[in-house]
Amino acid sequence: MADTATAPAGGGGNPAAGSHAPVAEATGISKRFGATVALRDARITIAPGEAHALVGRNGAGKSTLVSILTGLQPADTGTLRYAGEPAPPVGDIDAWRSKVACVYQKSTIIPDLTVAENLFLNRQSGGPMQPIRWKQLRGRAEELLGEYGVDVDAGARARELTVEQRQFVEIARALSFGARFIILDEPTAKFDARGITRLFDKLRDLRRQGVAFLFISHHLQEVYDLCTTVTVYRDAAHILTAPVAELGHQALVEAMTGESTSTAPTTEGGRSAVRTDSAELLRVEGLTLSGGCRDLSLSVRAGEVVGLAGATASGNVQVGEAVAGLHRAEDGRISVAGRSVRTGSVPSALAAGVGFVPEDRHLQGLVNNRSVAENATLTVTDQLGPFGTVLPSRTRAFAQRMIRDLDIKTPGEATPVSALSGGNQQKVVVARALATDPKVLVAIRPTNGVDVKSKEFLLRRIRQITDGGKAALIVSDELDDLKVCDRLVVMFHGRAVAEFASGWTDEQVVAAMEGVGGRADASDTDRAETSDTTEEHGR
Amino acid sequence: MSATTDVTEPTADVTPKTAGDTRRGLGIGRFRELSLVPAILVLGLIGFIVSPAFLTADNLIGVAQQSTELSLLVLATALILVCGRMDLSLESTIGVAPVIAVWLVLPTSGARFTGLGLLPEWTAVPLCLLVGVVIGAVNGFLILKLRLNGFIVTLGMLTMLRGLQVALSEGQSIVELPSSFTYLGKASWLGVPAAIWICVMLFALGGSALAWLRHGRALYAIGGNAEAARTAGIRVDRIVWGVLILGSVLAAFAGILYSGHYGSISATQGSGWIFQVFAATVIGGVSLNGGKGTVFGALTGVLTLQLVVNVMTLAGVPPLWNQFLNGAIIIVALIISRFASGEKQE
Repeated sequence: MADTATAPAGGGGNPAAGSHAPVAEATGISKRFGATVALRDARITIAPGEAHALVGRNGAGKSTLVSILTGLQPADTGTLRYAGEPAPPVGDIDAWRSKVACVYQKSTIIPDLTVAENLFLNRQSGGPMQPIRWKQLRGRAEELLGEYGVDVDAGARARELTVEQRQFVEIARALSFGARFIILDEPTAKFDARGITRLFDKLRDLRRQGVAFLFISHHLQEVYDLCTTVTVYRDAAHILTAPVAELGHQALVEAMTGESTSTAPTTEGGRSAVRTDSAELLRVEGLTLSGGCRDLSLSVRAGEVVGLAGATASGNVQVGEAVAGLHRAEDGRISVAGRSVRTGSVPSALAAGVGFVPEDRHLQGLVNNRSVAENATLTVTDQLGPFGTVLPSRTRAFAQRMIRDLDIKTPGEATPVSALSGGNQQKVVVARALATDPKVLVAIRPTNGVDVKSKEFLLRRIRQITDGGKAALIVSDELDDLKVCDRLVVMFHGRAVAEFASGWTDEQVVAAMEGVGGRADASDTDRAETSDTTEEHGR
Repeated sequence: MSATTDVTEPTADVTPKTAGDTRRGLGIGRFRELSLVPAILVLGLIGFIVSPAFLTADNLIGVAQQSTELSLLVLATALILVCGRMDLSLESTIGVAPVIAVWLVLPTSGARFTGLGLLPEWTAVPLCLLVGVVIGAVNGFLILKLRLNGFIVTLGMLTMLRGLQVALSEGQSIVELPSSFTYLGKASWLGVPAAIWICVMLFALGGSALAWLRHGRALYAIGGNAEAARTAGIRVDRIVWGVLILGSVLAAFAGILYSGHYGSISATQGSGWIFQVFAATVIGGVSLNGGKGTVFGALTGVLTLQLVVNVMTLAGVPPLWNQFLNGAIIIVALIISRFASGEKQE
């Protein structure tokens, strides 16, 4: 798609400096880190009040652009202008913040301080030697939160807030420096669908007040829901800028990956017909977990991929984790291939043949500074040498097989996993789950924070495994993940509320996950023609 | 499906629940630093039952006086821990700073310990504090500029400074001290040792700074999330360096009080204290992971440890058991504060 790739920037370009000067304009930006080129002659223009999306696969240069736009790093070449004026010098944090607000991917909320103090961190009082007046500070915080319609107690400790509330606090703080332009770096990564809807409502409110956005996301659907213009980066360079409405899903993914692919990762045609008489590999009966689910039953047959859908607090993740042996059941039983598994025991689950891809690869999946080989073989150390030894040669061979098998892009098997991109890290986690040659693969949000291409690859791989006579349980709220499934079980508040055979529509599933079964129109992932249609029935 | 009717229900019951949680959480947060106060009261009661000598002014002032040097180290450690660092070398600074100061000041002949006599005697106190500044600055340079591991750097410093003290003092106690140097440790103001007044004042200053000054609050921000503090415009390295220097100065000052109190600088002054210091700070509610705790809490930690020893002594428990009891009390206090606050300590 080289033609669209070189197309000039859409409506936003060519600013006649003056009243319509873009809130932010970067041209010819280049940045190198040692031998790596992070950005090559990149550009972006954000018009006032615009919702601009920046998409690209991992490593496309998005994060570097954010740090340059927010003044954390200087660009090697290129010019930056905010509302027609040149950018402040690097290091003058206050000047930068009055021009551009940013909500970073990593939380910058300090959990042990109150909301009020987080909002006014390092400006709690008039001067460094002036004592802080806590009552007044709290009043100012309440005023600020009220101004942006954030319903949070200013005196509460930040650790007691939900992820969503913290995000709102971050947005309010970022905007409190007076900027009318805010960068949101993957703001929805930790949200469920309901939270995303509320966040988007808030963002649309802010847009009406004239705030412009640069929205960075891996979820293309969100781009269609929220944004008016989209810019695609690939391999450290600008590829295209176009109005969202004129750019189809297909064209967008092609621009991101640089090759023609199908957006739907389903193996629609090649879906193996699951014979109802094939062996039942996973059976969950009357499972009750404290704080998780009540009386849940499901079964997965050989050759079948079953999706366990549900929003964040629905308990679907706990069910997946319980199958992998992380939670002890209050009641009910789990059996794998007819053998009952002791709940709450990971070794027992492993021995029974459960492979597990955990929800958070950083917390539960990877030992970050150890090598790819070590991480991939963590579950199978008993097969790597006699009498409890771990032979380096065998580890290496095993890992090389995994790297080939899952197409992990790594300089070598001895590279630390922290050096890999998100998609490849996730592949290492999957490799490890598959290392034991499990009968049942439990994958929780297997494509979380993974670029489009790795996503398709991972889902296709799961499909292949089950075609080989294994069973898979995908626990997710991500519609793309669920599309590969033969069957869907939807959970809401700890109970299974609906079951869908293949052929479901997005609306049906989202409605069930949101607990509004039957009301197909309430879908917020419905492909919105404009951002305004969803607004009316978004919640 | 009946689910349709549920639509508003979850939102309705979620909001009040979170509000309630917040309020309860706040309450715990407020009382956490007071969690040792009941323990101190119980110790007082036990002391009262055990011995009539306990509740006398002499005994209580004695306990307070003995706590002064330890409490200054605890104040320093609390500040350093709140911003997420640690400094083990404090326990050697308390000994080496006075030795270097008097070594520079004392005459070259005439006494058992011969100094260099470079400077007039009145400079002993400022010199001692200056040595503290230098030690803190060196620690800060190694940790923040060279990016060495703080634990190991200060462990090395602990050993090195103790060695320096032994080498300079030839392993002997120094008994001929300038009078200006011993004044603060010996003097009494209004019937109460000056050291106690000074400690109370320093704790009040430290506590107020942490509670009401931006730079004090910055310590919590740095300890809670250094990256977030940096994006908020806090000069993280500069402030941490300042805190490390301040900590060493407090340790050097503790050395002055200690030397004055006992009239000599012993070769093992402060040796092995750091464990007690950390124990007192942590049972007082300061987190080893940074970002949590108050100076007042740390103070209650010191007082608890000192009161236990005092009560045991009055109860006639042989001093040989002191070490055992000290360790036991640390563990018991940790368990109590773990369950009183309901927070995991990791």
